[in-house]
Amino acid sequence: MTEGSEDRPMAPLLTVEDLSIAFGNLDPVVRDVSFSVAPGETLALVGESGSGKTVTCRAILRILPRVARIRSGTIILNSRKGPIELTKLSERKMRKVRGSLVSMVFQEPMRSLSPLHRIGSQVSEVLCLHKGCSENAARKQVLETFERVGFPDVERAYRAYPFELSGGMRQRAMIAMAMVSKPELLIADEPTTALDVTTQAQVLGLMKELQAETGMAMILVTHDLGVVANMAEQVVVMHKGRMMESGPAKLVIQSPAHPYTQQLFNAAPSIPEDVDHSADEEPTDLILELRSVSKTYQVRSKSMMKPPVTIEACRGIDLALARGTTLAIVGESGSGKTTAARIALGAELPDPGGEVLFREARGAKPLPVHDMTRAERIAFQKKAQMVFQDPYSSLSPRMRVADALSEPLDIHGIGSRSERRDRAAAMLEQVGLGKDMMQRYPHAFSGGQRQRLSIARALMLDPALLVCDEPTSALDVSVQDQILTLLEDIRDRLHLSYLFISHDLAVVARIADEVAVMRQGLVVEQAPPDVLFNNPRHPYTKALIAAQPTPDISRPINLKLVAQGAGSPDSWPEAFRFTGSVIPSLTSYEPGHKVRCHV
Amino acid sequence: MAILRYALYRFATMLLTLVVVSALIFLIINLPPGDYLSNQIAELRSTGQTAGVAKAEFLRTEYALDRPLWEQYLIWVGFAPGPQGFSGLIQGNFGWSFEFDRPVSEIVGDSLWLTVLVNLAAVLFVYLVALPLGVLAAARSRTWVDYTSAFVGYLGLATPNFLLALILFYYGHRWFNLPIGGLMDPAFEGQPMSWDKVQSILLHLIVPTFVIGTSGAAAMMQRLRANLLDELGKPYVETAIAKGMSPPRMLVKYPLRMAFNPFVADIGNLLPAMVSGSVLVSVVLGLQTIGPTLLTALKTQDQFLAGFVLMFVALLTLVGTMISDVLLMLLDPRIRYEGRKA
Repeated sequence: MTEGSEDRPMAPLLTVEDLSIAFGNLDPVVRDVSFSVAPGETLALVGESGSGKTVTCRAILRILPRVARIRSGTIILNSRKGPIELTKLSERKMRKVRGSLVSMVFQEPMRSLSPLHRIGSQVSEVLCLHKGCSENAARKQVLETFERVGFPDVERAYRAYPFELSGGMRQRAMIAMAMVSKPELLIADEPTTALDVTTQAQVLGLMKELQAETGMAMILVTHDLGVVANMAEQVVVMHKGRMMESGPAKLVIQSPAHPYTQQLFNAAPSIPEDVDHSADEEPTDLILELRSVSKTYQVRSKSMMKPPVTIEACRGIDLALARGTTLAIVGESGSGKTTAARIALGAELPDPGGEVLFREARGAKPLPVHDMTRAERIAFQKKAQMVFQDPYSSLSPRMRVADALSEPLDIHGIGSRSERRDRAAAMLEQVGLGKDMMQRYPHAFSGGQRQRLSIARALMLDPALLVCDEPTSALDVSVQDQILTLLEDIRDRLHLSYLFISHDLAVVARIADEVAVMRQGLVVEQAPPDVLFNNPRHPYTKALIAAQPTPDISRPINLKLVAQGAGSPDSWPEAFRFTGSVIPSLTSYEPGHKVRCHV
Repeated sequence: MAILRYALYRFATMLLTLVVVSALIFLIINLPPGDYLSNQIAELRSTGQTAGVAKAEFLRTEYALDRPLWEQYLIWVGFAPGPQGFSGLIQGNFGWSFEFDRPVSEIVGDSLWLTVLVNLAAVLFVYLVALPLGVLAAARSRTWVDYTSAFVGYLGLATPNFLLALILFYYGHRWFNLPIGGLMDPAFEGQPMSWDKVQSILLHLIVPTFVIGTSGAAAMMQRLRANLLDELGKPYVETAIAKGMSPPRMLVKYPLRMAFNPFVADIGNLLPAMVSGSVLVSVVLGLQTIGPTLLTALKTQDQFLAGFVLMFVALLTLVGTMISDVLLMLLDPRIRYEGRKA
């Protein structure tokens, strides 16, 4: 692999010059973009949504939407077959480039693979198309590639359908599909955005290894500066269709020159490296308490002969949220964090033996959330509100902002019509929006503004507790930063308490007062963030922290740590291992720091 | 093997459904007060024809119409012994038509398989027309190809079938010398099957197939187009193009396979809709299908005839849904392998 030095040793493999692309007759969405990639090098195209990075990378393969037109510019590929001007190539010749000289990996591995065709058939098709061989002839090479990308049982993977594989395995299949014809350039469009953080680390590691072996060049489209720092030698930062800054990764990351790049880096949350220990006093005023909450689901098995399968979503969870603080539950998909939050809100019943207690005010009588009278329940619902993950689908597109905001008051019959309007206007200002926006529909707002709207809606009933389910994971970095600031601000101003669900350790590091790490329905480690990040004890926590890409070249992802902790619980070191049904208990390691291990 | 097991399971449930349907049909036919025979007896009495009354009374006991309704039902289906022992639908005795004064099987006889033939031809027509046109309309969406096929399709949907039938007969006869009315030349009626008879039937089938099939084909085409357009926007299509596939090959291998599911699932709905929808057309075209018979039977409360025809339509429907279910399972691995772990 070439090092990211300024003197570029080889002639560029791909040169893009003055590329401009527009949709129909509208203003260009990509303007005068130029960059080049040398063989064996990785170029990162960085930007937020709407920056034009996706359109740019698709223009190279000419797989743009039908209305998009390349207005000007040249794209030259210096392949082993000599230089090719990709923008001028006939569609027929272009097909010979796609998948053979230049291939692509897409963002969503589930939706990017056809659900009706076997993985093997979809991958070997690339060889059939370009080498003209039959599927049987291609099979051997495909199996070798499967072996290389890390499928444990290649024959089985060949026969499998996409829905039978996990997200990480599907993305490996996509990578195998892109690699099987040994391309000279691989374009990866947000290849790990849809994956869990430990899976992301492993997939990124795999891509790097493959690149080193084959010497191919790579264009990595991403919004994640941490991924850039781990993968790229060259960086192009894009904003609203224009290039803001470009250069060697080291330089751009360590000393970004353009104000926009600086802003991006400042907004990116990161896991603190060294934080002072601040001794916390034992919290006494608890607003919410989960006591040995478990939840098992019976899933009817497909065949009538087999007994139903029991899924343990939560196993004996004990958590306490002190008034005015934030308790974060961190975990990957399937860890049970959302189930825990739903039980805490009373949306789901815990298994017998578990209970959830809610204290409305300091010293008030604790109310069991799942055993309330009707009046108590209504009062509780006013006091506990939720902010959802996807601001695009959690607001009705047919309701004006004013109606969406006053609806909770309507339902509970609070105030007159004009009072409700006034409160809605006041809340809009609380979350940093103007009251002149009252008559608009949600589609007129950006993602960040919509999330502000859903926060405003949650605040309408004057709650004491907010449950935030991944409130920033659908947002761009700079918007995420604003929303987190807003959440912190209103928490302190309105003395709210948050139960914060997230998969992103960096976000949690910033906002939480206490962090619980969940894996397979169990809390494996729990501590205040500074303790947790400075002194993680559990291999899974260590893996999560190690897998988090940080925008710092000197802190690359430690794949060994990730592999150790992210595997199945029976591969953990002896002290932490689950053997059969024997699960170590959550024991106090130091004051305020609990780890699930054998003593 | 999973498929075979599923097919068997579906067959068993189909039989069960059929039993339930037969009970419902029997109940509904008997809902209006009176029946064919009691109406007739009353009429004969008032005109003083005692001989006729005796015969009607004989039929009444012969077909157990003097027993309670639930017994009548059991005897009709063949679950319980009637005056002649077990002799119901299951045993192959379809009952007696009072209106025509002949056994039901004799009346229905030929028209049964002609109905199946006409409707199969129409279904085939629907699929043969809708598949290429729908794919073409989706692949060339928002071009003149799409607009023209949509226009023609809507015309087909909007034109009343009997009107279309009359127009087609007129011009078909004038320009192509196609026969008017009927499903075969009158000379062949009641004759054993021969090559000439088959030819005559095929020739007579052209217009009815077209008339019965157009609206179905138009609707199906638009559905396929919409499904396919949805699929064309999915990321896996982009993946296939990025692999270097040519558009036609890509279209057939990936999105069409996905868009096929609703297409196949429609078989079950198509059959009964056509059988009942083609009654009017059959009357206009003079087709010897079961439709016109059903109409007469229902009007005169000829209960065994009506019951049998309705059972036959129900059977067609159930067989149609069973076929489409089994086909879906063959087509879609997500249905086949749900629950299998990789």
